[in-house]
Amino acid sequence: MKRVVITGMGIWSCLGYSLDEVRESLYTGKSGIILDPERKEMGFRSGLTAKVEIPDLKKELSRAQRAYMPEQAKYAYCATVEALRNAGIDQDYLDKYDVGLLYGNDSSADPTVRAVDKIREKKDTTLCGSGAIFQSMNSTVTMNLGTIFHLRGINLTVSGACASGAHAIGLGALLIQNGLQDMIVCGGAQEVNPFSIGSFDGISAFSIREDAPEKASRPFDRDRDGLVPGGGAATVIIEEYEHAVRRGAPILAEILGYGFSANGDHISSPNVEGPSKSLRMAIERAGIDIREIGYINAHATSTHVGDTNEAKAIYNVFGDQRTEVTSTKSQTGHEMWMAGASEIIYSMLMMKNNFIAANLNFENPDEDSAKLLIPAKRIEKHFDTFLSNSFGFGGTNATLVVRNI
Amino acid sequence: MTKQELIEKVNSVLAEEFEKEVEELTPDANIKQTLELDSLSLVDMVALIEEEFGVKIASSELVKIQTFQALYDYLEEHMA
Repeated sequence: MKRVVITGMGIWSCLGYSLDEVRESLYTGKSGIILDPERKEMGFRSGLTAKVEIPDLKKELSRAQRAYMPEQAKYAYCATVEALRNAGIDQDYLDKYDVGLLYGNDSSADPTVRAVDKIREKKDTTLCGSGAIFQSMNSTVTMNLGTIFHLRGINLTVSGACASGAHAIGLGALLIQNGLQDMIVCGGAQEVNPFSIGSFDGISAFSIREDAPEKASRPFDRDRDGLVPGGGAATVIIEEYEHAVRRGAPILAEILGYGFSANGDHISSPNVEGPSKSLRMAIERAGIDIREIGYINAHATSTHVGDTNEAKAIYNVFGDQRTEVTSTKSQTGHEMWMAGASEIIYSMLMMKNNFIAANLNFENPDEDSAKLLIPAKRIEKHFDTFLSNSFGFGGTNATLVVRNI
Repeated sequence: MTKQELIEKVNSVLAEEFEKEVEELTPDANIKQTLELDSLSLVDMVALIEEEFGVKIASSELVKIQTFQALYDYLEEHMA
């Protein structure tokens, strides 16, 4: 089996629009959550959301290129430009070699809604414009990035609900391990508009702590009352180890293990067995002892049953090992299709800079989170291996284990 | 709206959308070449014209409208 390394990262997030900005936000414990008055006017139960700006790409891309890009493809473009630059990859390289693309994305509601509104209003499909079809498809991110960067390897969108980004990286690692690709652009993207999560708000999944937006996302805290939706995009360049060495790439870390499972159970409520299985598989495939894992980036979204069952799953696997566990969603809200990829980057930034960001708003544990070591304040700590969980609707689970190089 | 006002508005709307200089849009110039339209962006021009002028150009008519002058004349004829 070939080894798989990370050689570049890039991000567009509510915590910042570059790795430097995001590292600083993680370190200082900045919250990216705001109250959006537009959502309240639209009849949302919760107007809370992460604040993410849509980049103006007029100077970077032609009108024709931009016409096919919904917001999450623009986020993904910016994250990918940064990741490729950090990996030392230019357009000449992409034109010469077959680089793959696996990106997590599981909706494109805004352009879909706008096109349907237009059809209903005008009774003429032409008036949707040419971009609507390409913007509306689930694979919009991979079709846009693939054509903009001239990528000619595997080109596939991974839709695994809130585990999409993690599965994209895990599946990419499997392709490289098996010698099918030397380099793959992996990541996850998430739209941040009201249409995309209106029906999610409708099932009362979101926190309604609107008087204090920065306090609303409180994973593992006893008084949590739901998640806060977020978004953006995160890209990691993954590469076969020898290939990276040969081209003199900056080798940042190694993907040691990818674990996955499905609950085959309730559509929204996670169980304990499925996630436990995913954690065990990732650790087993990494071939390491759990004592080597210095940090666990939890999926924990700030929902009652989700956080409880993840805490149980982590305790099932780690027992009294007491490795630090945090959920960066306390700062970002739930980045959904993007989260599995962005949380690899957040964890990488912490690992490279010797700290673990605070699990914001962890004021009182509940029965299950009390069994875990959850720092409510940032701690300075060196660690060389971390584990990151991502779980999604339908009971899809993904776990990645990554080691510093 | 006078014909001259119509011409100015058409030129300004198209130049902005397709990111060209207004001066490039001369009456005898070919629309597709000047605005660098392909089969997809041509759809955007039709949608834009409908949005701005309330005139829907049918596909059968579109093939006949090759120059900006032809477009001005078509709009003048069809605007309410």
